[in-house]
Amino acid sequence: MPQKLGYLDCLSSGTPVVTLSCGPLPPQIRVKPDNTAVVTDGVKHSMNPFCEIAVEEAVKLKEKKLIKEVVAVSCGPQQAQFFDSDFCLTQETIRTALAMGADRGIHVEVSGKDYETLGPLQVSKIMAALAKKEDAQLVILGKQAIDDDCNQTGQMTAALLDWPQGTFASEVTLEGDKVKVVREIDGGLETIKINTPAVVTADLRLNTPRYATLPNIMKAKKKKIANVKPADLGVDLTSRLEVLRVDEPPQRQAGMKVETVEDLVCKLKETGRV
Amino acid sequence: MASVGPLGRIARLGSNICRSQRLIYSRSSQRRGIASSIDPAHGLTDEQKEFQKVAFDFAANEMAPHMAEWDQKEVFPVETMRKAAQLGFGGIYVQPDVGGSGLSRLDTSIIFEALSTGCASTTAYISIHNMCAWMIDVFGNSEQREKFCPDLCLMEKFASYCLTEPGSGSDAASLLTTAQLKGDHYVLNGSKAFISGGGDTDVYVVMCRTGGKGPKGISCLVVEKGTPGLSFGKKEKKVGWNSQPTRAVIFEDCAVPVTNRLGAEGQGFNIAMKGLNGGRINIASCSLGAAHASVQLARDHLLVRKQFGESLSNNQFLQFKLAEMATKLVASRLLVREAAKALQENRPDAVSLCSMAKLFVTDECFNICNQALQMHGGYGYLKDYAVQQFVRDIRVHQILEVSQNATIQKETTNEQHCRVNLTNRRERLCKSGTNHH
Repeated sequence: MPQKLGYLDCLSSGTPVVTLSCGPLPPQIRVKPDNTAVVTDGVKHSMNPFCEIAVEEAVKLKEKKLIKEVVAVSCGPQQAQFFDSDFCLTQETIRTALAMGADRGIHVEVSGKDYETLGPLQVSKIMAALAKKEDAQLVILGKQAIDDDCNQTGQMTAALLDWPQGTFASEVTLEGDKVKVVREIDGGLETIKINTPAVVTADLRLNTPRYATLPNIMKAKKKKIANVKPADLGVDLTSRLEVLRVDEPPQRQAGMKVETVEDLVCKLKETGRV
Repeated sequence: MASVGPLGRIARLGSNICRSQRLIYSRSSQRRGIASSIDPAHGLTDEQKEFQKVAFDFAANEMAPHMAEWDQKEVFPVETMRKAAQLGFGGIYVQPDVGGSGLSRLDTSIIFEALSTGCASTTAYISIHNMCAWMIDVFGNSEQREKFCPDLCLMEKFASYCLTEPGSGSDAASLLTTAQLKGDHYVLNGSKAFISGGGDTDVYVVMCRTGGKGPKGISCLVVEKGTPGLSFGKKEKKVGWNSQPTRAVIFEDCAVPVTNRLGAEGQGFNIAMKGLNGGRINIASCSLGAAHASVQLARDHLLVRKQFGESLSNNQFLQFKLAEMATKLVASRLLVREAAKALQENRPDAVSLCSMAKLFVTDECFNICNQALQMHGGYGYLKDYAVQQFVRDIRVHQILEVSQNATIQKETTNEQHCRVNLTNRRERLCKSGTNHH
């Protein structure tokens, strides 16, 4: 299971919470020689694309004046831990969200061993605690992080808070104290209406994230980022999972050509496929 | 190439195009995941990295997919440039009180370098537009600033810079376009050549002769499109820079209000020279971006192309060549950024650094792009591959903003203070090692 490198969530009172995780960019991912993890040194990291979509949705709702404030949250070390790695600085990710229009940021400091084992369960505990503390009405996260594809944080957060959830959202509409969510599911589109406070996870077609403008990037410098420790939130970060081994997918084997259909059936039976 | 059957060649071409285009164009841009030795983000502040990221994203998503089309159909991409202006790229170093982004020269260089990876030609025009907006911002009075700058920063209106004439390129101070004072108007007569954007743009910053011969007789006027007496020549057919139209700008008894004069009479040449310092950094930055993109394209091609039983990336000569290209790219980048810093800090070496940066960087980056094309083999010569467009687009950077046939010339200012300036005519440098006028 590849390493998670940080989450960025947006909490806001009356605003959606956007989870932004910061992960390595594809495609040249390699497994470490000792098979314990994926190599992250020298790999550029950036905000998780689904989280960008979540920030965009939050900012859009604020522009429509349906929510008051957007708070961006990220979990990660205070500064780059490795001297020469292109580590995605948690602060940088929050600043990007601020440049897109979030009002303020919260940096939850998680470092060292805790950070290496930080998974959806731990993040969702942090999110739940912050959501209660900030009296948030809506928590918006990316549907999954592209480094581990867990697709769990949003759902776990909702469960911990005992809030309704609208996941894989391709459309979000606030209607009074309810949220109408159109979800992309295997069979097509499903529309649900859930009460607030609620958790929503953003899917690809929810929106197209805006570019930060130069003036907004400069304004983002002045926006506040608060530092919070998980202990302050009463969250226990111990992992219940232990990564035993990380392997690359098996190399694709060469195929073989056969002359007739009988040969094909023979070969299939030989290799136990039929 | 000759031994591959037509179908095989087409299939290969297709996959190569998809790969090379996808590699430049993908949103989670691969450029950010690789080649950390030439990463242009090294040494930048967090804020500069943010600017750079926006510019790279914009280049990858809004420019690169259309770069070839703009070149082949000679499209002046007004809508895309307006989108760029929405992000603040229309007046990057113009003051915020008139709609600019108020950033430094170094920030500007970083932004143009990133944008140029998407389309060098369009970025070069955007930089010319920025220079014009800056001239009005710095040398204009408050009426002029408020009248022109906000529209220029948003690219509601586009600008062109008119200095060069058929008879005066490098010898800019000998320009002949006259501006005779008649009451509250100047009447302009003459023509300008090779004007980027000419005919399609709205605001022309024109250097013209209001006084006697030489630099001291030159003033700077802002001429608006639609002014009677202002006309344009035919659209030139160029080797590159095809996403910006180039035309002659013709003045025939063209009356321009005195209130459109930037600065004082006789200050024009001074304005031009100051503008060129930044212009040189901008053009060099555009070359940098093209070279960076070309190095990545070359590297990617070497990884996939196989000859003699192995991929070209195992070939030692090509490895050395690529390393040299990377080294020259980084060296160029350092020189440009230092020149930008010197300019924004008003250091005494600013002017010479800007000239040196332009000279060195445009040459080196063209060579890098050219070598990248070479590494593509026959494919590099096809318009389906982006590398040839980078080569064609930045070739002209070695010509304009003072051609490369340069020499070191000592110039004395009014205060008898010696400054070093690069001007034309390499033979002077060869002829004598001493400096002379």
